[in-house]
Amino acid sequence: MSNQLLQRHGGLALLAAIIAAGPLFLDNGFHYNVAILAGLNAIVCIGLNLLIGHAGQISLGHAGFFALGAYASAILPERFGFHPLGALLTGALLVGLLAFAIARPILRLRGHYLAMATLGMGIIVSIVLDQKVDLTGGPDGMVVGDLTLFGQALRGNLAWYWLVGALLFVTTWMALNLVHSPVGRALKAVHGSELAAAAMGVDVFHYKVLVFVLSAVLAAIAGSLFAHYNGFVTPDEASFIHSIQLVTMVVLGGMASIAGSIVGAVALTLLPQLLADFHDYEMIVFGAILMGTMILLPTGVVPTLAARIRERLA
Amino acid sequence: MTFLRVTGLTKSFGGVRAVDGVDFTVRANDVFSIIGPNGAGKTTLFNLLSGLIAPDAGAVILDGEDVTGLPAHQLATRGLSRSFQNLQVFFNMTALENVMVGNHRHTARRFLPCLLGLPSVRDSERRTRVFAEELMHYVGLERYIHAQAAAMPYGALKRLEIARALATRPRILLLDEPAAGLNPAETAHMDALIRRIAEDGITVLLVEHDMHLVWSVSDHILVLNHGRVLAEGGAREIRANPQVVEAYLGHRARER
Amino acid sequence: MLSEFLQFLFSGLTVGAIYGLIGLGFAVIYNASHVINFAQGEFVMIGGMATVFLMAAGLPMPLAVVLAIAGAALVGWLLARIGIETARGAGVVGLIIITIGASILLRGLAQVVWDRNFHPLPPISGDAPIHVFGATLLPQSLWIGAALIAIMAALRFFFDHTRTGKAMQAAAIDPLAAQLMGIDIRRLVRLSFVLSAALGALAGVLVAPITMTYANVGVMLGLKGFAAAIVGGLGNPLGAIAGGLVVGIAEAMTAGYLSSAWKDVVAFVIILFVLLFLPNGLFGRAEVHRA
Ligand SMILES: Nc1ncnc2c1ncn2[C@@H]1O[C@H](COP(=O)(O)OP(=O)(O)OP(=O)(O)O)[C@@H](O)[C@H]1O
Ligand SMILES: [Mg+2]
Repeated sequence: MSNQLLQRHGGLALLAAIIAAGPLFLDNGFHYNVAILAGLNAIVCIGLNLLIGHAGQISLGHAGFFALGAYASAILPERFGFHPLGALLTGALLVGLLAFAIARPILRLRGHYLAMATLGMGIIVSIVLDQKVDLTGGPDGMVVGDLTLFGQALRGNLAWYWLVGALLFVTTWMALNLVHSPVGRALKAVHGSELAAAAMGVDVFHYKVLVFVLSAVLAAIAGSLFAHYNGFVTPDEASFIHSIQLVTMVVLGGMASIAGSIVGAVALTLLPQLLADFHDYEMIVFGAILMGTMILLPTGVVPTLAARIRERLA
Repeated sequence: MTFLRVTGLTKSFGGVRAVDGVDFTVRANDVFSIIGPNGAGKTTLFNLLSGLIAPDAGAVILDGEDVTGLPAHQLATRGLSRSFQNLQVFFNMTALENVMVGNHRHTARRFLPCLLGLPSVRDSERRTRVFAEELMHYVGLERYIHAQAAAMPYGALKRLEIARALATRPRILLLDEPAAGLNPAETAHMDALIRRIAEDGITVLLVEHDMHLVWSVSDHILVLNHGRVLAEGGAREIRANPQVVEAYLGHRARER
Repeated sequence: MLSEFLQFLFSGLTVGAIYGLIGLGFAVIYNASHVINFAQGEFVMIGGMATVFLMAAGLPMPLAVVLAIAGAALVGWLLARIGIETARGAGVVGLIIITIGASILLRGLAQVVWDRNFHPLPPISGDAPIHVFGATLLPQSLWIGAALIAIMAALRFFFDHTRTGKAMQAAAIDPLAAQLMGIDIRRLVRLSFVLSAALGALAGVLVAPITMTYANVGVMLGLKGFAAAIVGGLGNPLGAIAGGLVVGIAEAMTAGYLSSAWKDVVAFVIILFVLLFLPNGLFGRAEVHRA
């Protein structure tokens, strides 16, 4: 018990230390750019891992939610005069409602069918963003205004770094709280055996919908921030391949591991940058990582390492 | 006092009438056993009673309340829990966490407090943990408290399912073949455990093929065959019933 | 009016037949292994691209086609051997991820080994259109239709009259019982990947003269083929072909009467509709759990 609490707080402290020390090691705009994108991806992956790793429900369409959040922040301030924060919250709310509406029928499906339904949903989002040219600018994308906080536009890498770092910390903290609560246990129970979970008084369907909506909202918030930070969005944000990248991060880092989500997101955000000179080989590497992890380390990097270390100590 | 009343319960799969117009009543605090040959419909009956599947016809009255067709998690709230013939352990957790899931309905499980890690949640978690540890002792699994469920032997998993079901604080517990696959020592332990559960005031519905166990613990026995009630009564009546011997006991004797 | 409708119908039937062929590949693999192979579209790509580059190397088309199909079949075998067999414990989600990884890997390899350009393939018998009630029909469409019918007949024969085919059917219905009867499931799984890779590659050769071929051609085609398999009821081969025709025609009508911009949405709307309201597909069976 105290051991577990210690681990949890130790992990959080470590994360805080890494985020705080970041600027000491980040030399230039490019470094900051990678760090900020990694942080945003990590936020999405924490939510996605609650869905895939803990609750055992796959989604191949989360880029769709990310993109909807991004476009909410692009469109609402520009066309409808929303405050950027209002747009972010409205986007998150709308995505939450959308996820809720589709979760109810979709989450009755299992396995392949759920994968396919979420995939179809993501692709429909990307095509709509592509085709609704008058609203979204179509395939060319659209420019996004600044994020303003307390009347001040958020500009500069350092400011963005702290914002994303703080948000990542809060997301991690909340996810850890959730995982170590009856809710997190119920999610894992749904993964372990839906029959037994139901017989133990867990409303299986309720928890599936809950975690689907939660992960969609996190993706939308990260999408909104990405849009403001990047200053530009395109329908590619919703692409199938982006959904797959997110799943790859979760799988590589480790199923049902919050730390794994962060590690996976950072590693796979960094990787394409490291491979920039070998751009042609990027897809080969990505595909090989996806296959290799699932075959050789099916639980992912962080849980595998954790198990090794525990064995050593024992 | 009648605790559970079942009338005309019926469920078909395609052409097969797995449970066919079953009636019976269970008195509070009894150990009520249901026996019958393979495919008689015992597990289907349990699935109907525990709300995992909905009946085609009939009614289930639990402690005076009509609970027919309620989903499983709502039946758990009303004090009905169960174990499974084919293990349904949460293999992605530790043994203790498995038991803690059973306590779900009695924990502080509202979303926002859990998300924020409020003290109320932490207190509730502490209590749940202590309670789950007590139950692990109760079923004799204290040495597995910190074990991963996936690493536990079969016999221990059978008891883990019972501890998990007890964590729901049931008033009636459905055990589907708790002794299947156990060695004689483990079966003796299971015998004692079932008695103890009944002594602690929990009504037990038992499906079991191990007849020694059935004769030993049952207050009342129902024989099911082809989805229908073939006979009902105390152990002595059932043993003396020629129909039962033919349909079930003799059949199993020949199988050996 | 009629000529317009016929025109849309012809083009719908043509792409629908291709979707059906790809969907058939999904069904064959699903039946043998309960794996949804997300790399199915890459077999299609390999068929087209390999033919293009073998012909560019000077091989006559028939030989190039045969070699391309054999190459795709080899890739299918490797995928089954390396990706699926070594990860048997991975579960549904794990297997989905493995085949997605294979799909990305193959696309990446195609871009490096071949290139990122669009390539045409010559049609089998010229491209002088045939006129039918004012609508035009490409000879290639007739070839596609003929190939589809020939393949259906061949598969019928294979499943009903050969030992291996019968074993595959038995394994699809009850893998455990089949195994107890001495059927080597692993061999069947490999065979199913080989067979469906060959089917996919053939579809790739047939469709390339109409749509051109390129390293990423398999993405959408694979997804449409999956839509076909779902509409037909997962694991139902004839259903997959019918499903392909349904998706193809719906798509062509949308493109014709509404706007070609929305045609790609149709397949996915159909997928969602079928999954939500007809979970067994239009014609077949499917496992779905109502919580
Ligand atoms: N989900 C299902 N779908 C189709 N048929 C089913 C289903 N569940 C049970 N059956 C059928 O219902 C009948 C009763 O099965 P059930 O499992 O209830 O028997 P049982 O008495 O528990 O047998 P055993 O002693 O072997 O556990 C059998 O013929 C079985 O094949
Ligand atoms: Mg049974």
